[in-house]
Amino acid sequence: MSTPSCNSALSSIGKKAVMALTGLLLVGFILGHLSGNLLFFKGPEALNAYAQWLHEHAALIWTARVTLLLGVIAHIAAGISLTLENRAARSGGPAVEQTRRASWGSLTMPYTGLVVLGFIVFHLLHYTFQSVALGGQTFPLATNPAFTDVHAMLVAGFSHSGVSAFYIISLALLSLHLSHGVSSMFQTLGLRNERWRGRLDILAIAFGWIVFLGFSAIPASILAGCIK
Amino acid sequence: MVKDNHSHSADSVLNLRLRVWRQRRGQPGAFEEHALQGVSTSASFLEMMDMLNEKLVRDGKEPFAFDHDCREGICGMCSMTINGMPHGPLPGVTTCQLHMRNFRDGETITVEPWRARAFPVLRDLMVDRSGFDKVIQSGGFISIRAGSAPEANATPIAKDVSDAAMDAAECIGCGACVASCKNGSAMLFVGAKVTHLNLLPQGQPERDRRVLAMVRTMDDVGFGNCTNQGECQAHCPKGITLDVISHLNRDYLGARVKAFFSSTGKARRGGD
Repeated sequence: MSTPSCNSALSSIGKKAVMALTGLLLVGFILGHLSGNLLFFKGPEALNAYAQWLHEHAALIWTARVTLLLGVIAHIAAGISLTLENRAARSGGPAVEQTRRASWGSLTMPYTGLVVLGFIVFHLLHYTFQSVALGGQTFPLATNPAFTDVHAMLVAGFSHSGVSAFYIISLALLSLHLSHGVSSMFQTLGLRNERWRGRLDILAIAFGWIVFLGFSAIPASILAGCIK
Repeated sequence: MVKDNHSHSADSVLNLRLRVWRQRRGQPGAFEEHALQGVSTSASFLEMMDMLNEKLVRDGKEPFAFDHDCREGICGMCSMTINGMPHGPLPGVTTCQLHMRNFRDGETITVEPWRARAFPVLRDLMVDRSGFDKVIQSGGFISIRAGSAPEANATPIAKDVSDAAMDAAECIGCGACVASCKNGSAMLFVGAKVTHLNLLPQGQPERDRRVLAMVRTMDDVGFGNCTNQGECQAHCPKGITLDVISHLNRDYLGARVKAFFSSTGKARRGGD
């Protein structure tokens, strides 16, 4: 048995580990983003104070942004590479296709991932750069015009039913992606067995639902007229 | 889960329509349709295929080539995808142990070979599984002292360790995991072999080199990547679980980290 040299190209498991570790990073971000967003229901002052606090800590926010950007790029690059290799390795598959166990979420990972990518781009243009779907409006904070009135911006943005529907559908697909990914990343890192598989699968599905309901509550409550 | 239907006290016979894959090496293949009458429900699937081939020979036609050997579910030779399921509709058995009582009279049964780039079709239902042999050659062995046999109990092995190793060693290398995987991945097979050998004390000297070499060969041969869907476990005739894939991932990533930080040896005289 020769000693394998350190190959510069990542192996299949190496690429999977990149998917899992960057996935873990993105799951952590989603949790943080969700907990921040839920301040929306505490009122304009709480949400705007949180947004202002974030922008006053430029080092923190830029470190997070750069880390997330690199994480997303690595996640997508590894995902595309793995998917293309998998298509080639299957070479068409059987004439009669049967699925015994694979979940819907697991079978649609590349597609839900692509939709989520499109959603992220739109979401950044929408609320971070404020360049689309806001009708050119700006939302200066009354008490400190240097900062954005995030609460007012959200209410204005989600008053458009088409935009809200796009957000809710995209969040459903993100949740479907997470319903497989959150359990799968433990398996890829070798941190799962048959005893823990069922529990982690339930955790992943629960996490998907929490993400969907938590984020969708904002556009849904604005569309329903509960918050103005 | 489908249960093997043993409740038929008396044999009955089935009349079947068979769609069977016909292909010569390097040429495109196609399904051929044949009617087969009077198949006993007690016949195994391979015996049914034998009946079809005898009929074809009697009619002056070419029989279908298919792999088979022990016909008792332990050699791993049979390799048919039946109605889209490797080894057919009954979980936990190989094709040779699948009986015709699991099919209905008048049913159309589609029989095709394992489908994966790493398993090219040799002829009809036979595929080339030497990709598995290459993976085994690269690390699926242990190095031992040649000579007189050592005393059997000289190496103590904990019961739970030997149980887990034997569970992994149940893999017969049939390739149903690859055929059932939506990505043509061999991770269940490679995981079973790595888990089997890496758990036991006899496998420790090559432990890290084994897992690195076998994964590299697995990738080179052209198998796909695991997406943790679990189709392999659901189709494995020997009940190998995803535990072995988790074990493979753990051993591989650990070996890569250790290799990355391993000592480079003594300082060279006059060098750095």
